[in-house]
Amino acid sequence: MIKVPRRLLAAALAFGLAIPPSSTSSRHPASQAPASTASPRYTAADVGFMQGMIPHHAQAVEMAALVPARTAREDLRLLAQRIDVSQRDEIATMQRWLRSRHQMVPNPMAAHEHPDSAGRPMLMPGMLTPQEMAELAKAAGTDFERLFLTRMIKHHEGALIMVAQLFASRGAVQEPEIFGFASDVDADQRAEIARMRTMLNAYSVPKREPQ
Amino acid sequence: MRFRSLALSASLVSLPVAAGAQAAASARAQADPRVGLAAGWPDAQEAIHNLELVAHRPRPEGFFDPAKPGDFPYAVADLAFGGNYLFQGGYHGIQIWDIASPASPTLRLGFVCPGGQGDLSVYQNLLFMSVQETSSRVDCGTQGVADSISAERFRGIRIFDLTDLGHPKQVAAVQTCRGSHTHTLVTDPKDAANVYVYVSGTSPVRPREELAGCSGLSPEEDPNTALFRIEVIKVPVAAPQEAKIVSAPRVFADSAGAIAGLWKGGDHGPGTQTTTESKQCHDVTVYPELGLAAGACSGNGLLLDIRDPVNPRRIAEVSDPNFAFWHSATFNNDGTKLLFTDEWGGGTQPRCRATDRPEWGADAIFTLAQGKLRMAGYYKLPAAQSETENCVAHNGSLIPVPGRDIMVQGWYQGGVSVFDFTDPARPVEIAFFDRGPFSATELMLGGFWSAYWYNGQIYGSEIGRGLDVFRLLPSEYLSKNEIAAAKLVHLERFNPQDQPRFVWPASFVVARAYLDQLLRADGLRRSWAAPVVRELDRAEKLTGEPRRTALAALAARLERDARGAGDPARVQSLAAVVRDLAAGKR
Repeated sequence: MIKVPRRLLAAALAFGLAIPPSSTSSRHPASQAPASTASPRYTAADVGFMQGMIPHHAQAVEMAALVPARTAREDLRLLAQRIDVSQRDEIATMQRWLRSRHQMVPNPMAAHEHPDSAGRPMLMPGMLTPQEMAELAKAAGTDFERLFLTRMIKHHEGALIMVAQLFASRGAVQEPEIFGFASDVDADQRAEIARMRTMLNAYSVPKREPQ
Repeated sequence: MRFRSLALSASLVSLPVAAGAQAAASARAQADPRVGLAAGWPDAQEAIHNLELVAHRPRPEGFFDPAKPGDFPYAVADLAFGGNYLFQGGYHGIQIWDIASPASPTLRLGFVCPGGQGDLSVYQNLLFMSVQETSSRVDCGTQGVADSISAERFRGIRIFDLTDLGHPKQVAAVQTCRGSHTHTLVTDPKDAANVYVYVSGTSPVRPREELAGCSGLSPEEDPNTALFRIEVIKVPVAAPQEAKIVSAPRVFADSAGAIAGLWKGGDHGPGTQTTTESKQCHDVTVYPELGLAAGACSGNGLLLDIRDPVNPRRIAEVSDPNFAFWHSATFNNDGTKLLFTDEWGGGTQPRCRATDRPEWGADAIFTLAQGKLRMAGYYKLPAAQSETENCVAHNGSLIPVPGRDIMVQGWYQGGVSVFDFTDPARPVEIAFFDRGPFSATELMLGGFWSAYWYNGQIYGSEIGRGLDVFRLLPSEYLSKNEIAAAKLVHLERFNPQDQPRFVWPASFVVARAYLDQLLRADGLRRSWAAPVVRELDRAEKLTGEPRRTALAALAARLERDARGAGDPARVQSLAAVVRDLAAGKR
């Protein structure tokens, strides 16, 4: 599962091993000892995060696709359109990341269950169960609008949990790419949650969905 | 730079364009030599206009992966300048270039110290570095930090002592909750003993178990959250090891005291951008002589009063329906305009395609008067770029041409663009440089992170190609005298986020720069201008009292004529230079 990316030359470049073009003198700053020569690598947690986030995002795309036929609200249709575009962009990014590291790339159009280590289907945090998806698809009008926002908020909060779990995993988030990606997912999902909460409050008599 | 696309991509962006406009756009595109440049690394085709590329230095050994030119961990990033040295930050560490001879920069030191984009500032013998990523180590090691809670992890601001340039010595490392994506060195005109660092952290907050007091909760859950603030580090110049955080200003608070008081969801309706949440600044630019700072803060642009640098106070804020991510800011020299950039797509996406709207991913130029900002116009790179070129507005600086607002700016793989925004509603491009994409088939991260004027040259930091040095050439848009006048401004150091006020010495070339501007804009009748030019030439050849008399007479005449001139302020500026020359001021 874990592959160490080959960072050419990096191994030769421990801390403080500076590279003056025309000098052979030692370049170790006096205050610091030279550190290990290993490079940061990605771990099973990083790979699992990317593999798990693809079906997670794919479900958001699927939820967004329900919107145009079920509401005339312009703000909700626009939100759904933006979710569709941004999640597709991110899915492509995650697929590129996995592919370039020769890791299994989940097909976002396939089942949304992410197999756990024993191969059993497992929903990522925040994801709707097939039943919940079916309920959402059946709803219409104001019921649909509130249910969509409530469940998309929960869905996005699941992504935040995934990011938090990733950062708490030993050895994870050491590569610049995955650090940047996970940071951006965190920031953007939070912003979208804030936006959706505002919308939900603005819709008359918001009815809380039982959790 | 952010890692990936922020929100919208092509499907939302390609709005219907009238057939006529499309035809016009494509005619323009065909005329521009930047369109359709051949791809390559390191040998892409180049287009250049009114600039001369005087030097190019690829990333040195150890700072790139020959197999992967667009490799993220080796991207080089922003620049800072001190004396005859250029400091180039990046994801893998620092490069120090000797630019005493600008046409032949020589690498003085490559210093491995990964931790994010590694923004740098320099002040006397001190070098400041932003560190953001969770893999960064106190000891600059490249092996990362495996434990999620670790004393070896460093996220914040490093301070190096450069007294021995070949051996930077880390004298302080100030940890912060979110690390430092960018930072701003702030000098206090009233206090030479201390400098300040404004820290902009944009990443997730680290656990309090790793750094006491850190909280990533929402303001409702925790009023002491590390979100919705910047941090201020005070650095005693003589004792940098005592650097510490002295305040964490709530620059987004509203008058009722709500910490998250600014951002209203960032949604401006159909057909507009949505912004990211204003819970952090991406970058802050200070102009200490004006006592002002401009915060480019994700979902808003802020104007701050920094006369008390420890306690910046917000005096105005703006949003814009065409902005996705408020990224950086530049004041004009007299502080009457403020330019913000929008890093739509985070810098890793192609956002300069023919289908991308010219007011998206652009510069927004505001006028600034009595603490109020008023939107005036947009500037976007006028040459369409391809699908495999990441491109959006990015970092730049003013070029000190007296009497005009001219800026040079990096646009990632869109290249370098020099433009005039004296008329903020109608910015005009003056010069450019562009290379073809790294690859014709694949988007690889690259291009100009930044391009800055420093003491007579333009320096460009190219993410995957290294360092470029340009000379600005005279053209119909910019005269030889104007360029010579710009070269009279000499800075001891330049940190692009710490804007100095340009002051020009009394000089004949400055007077001639104003004269050229008046003639170009037809602010003076040629019949009137010819004797002024002659008189200036004659006076320059004189010495002593005759020179003073001639110049004083000319100044008096100019002051008189200013009243009836088409551009009285510029004639006044010309008169003032001549008056100073008459008084023998240097």
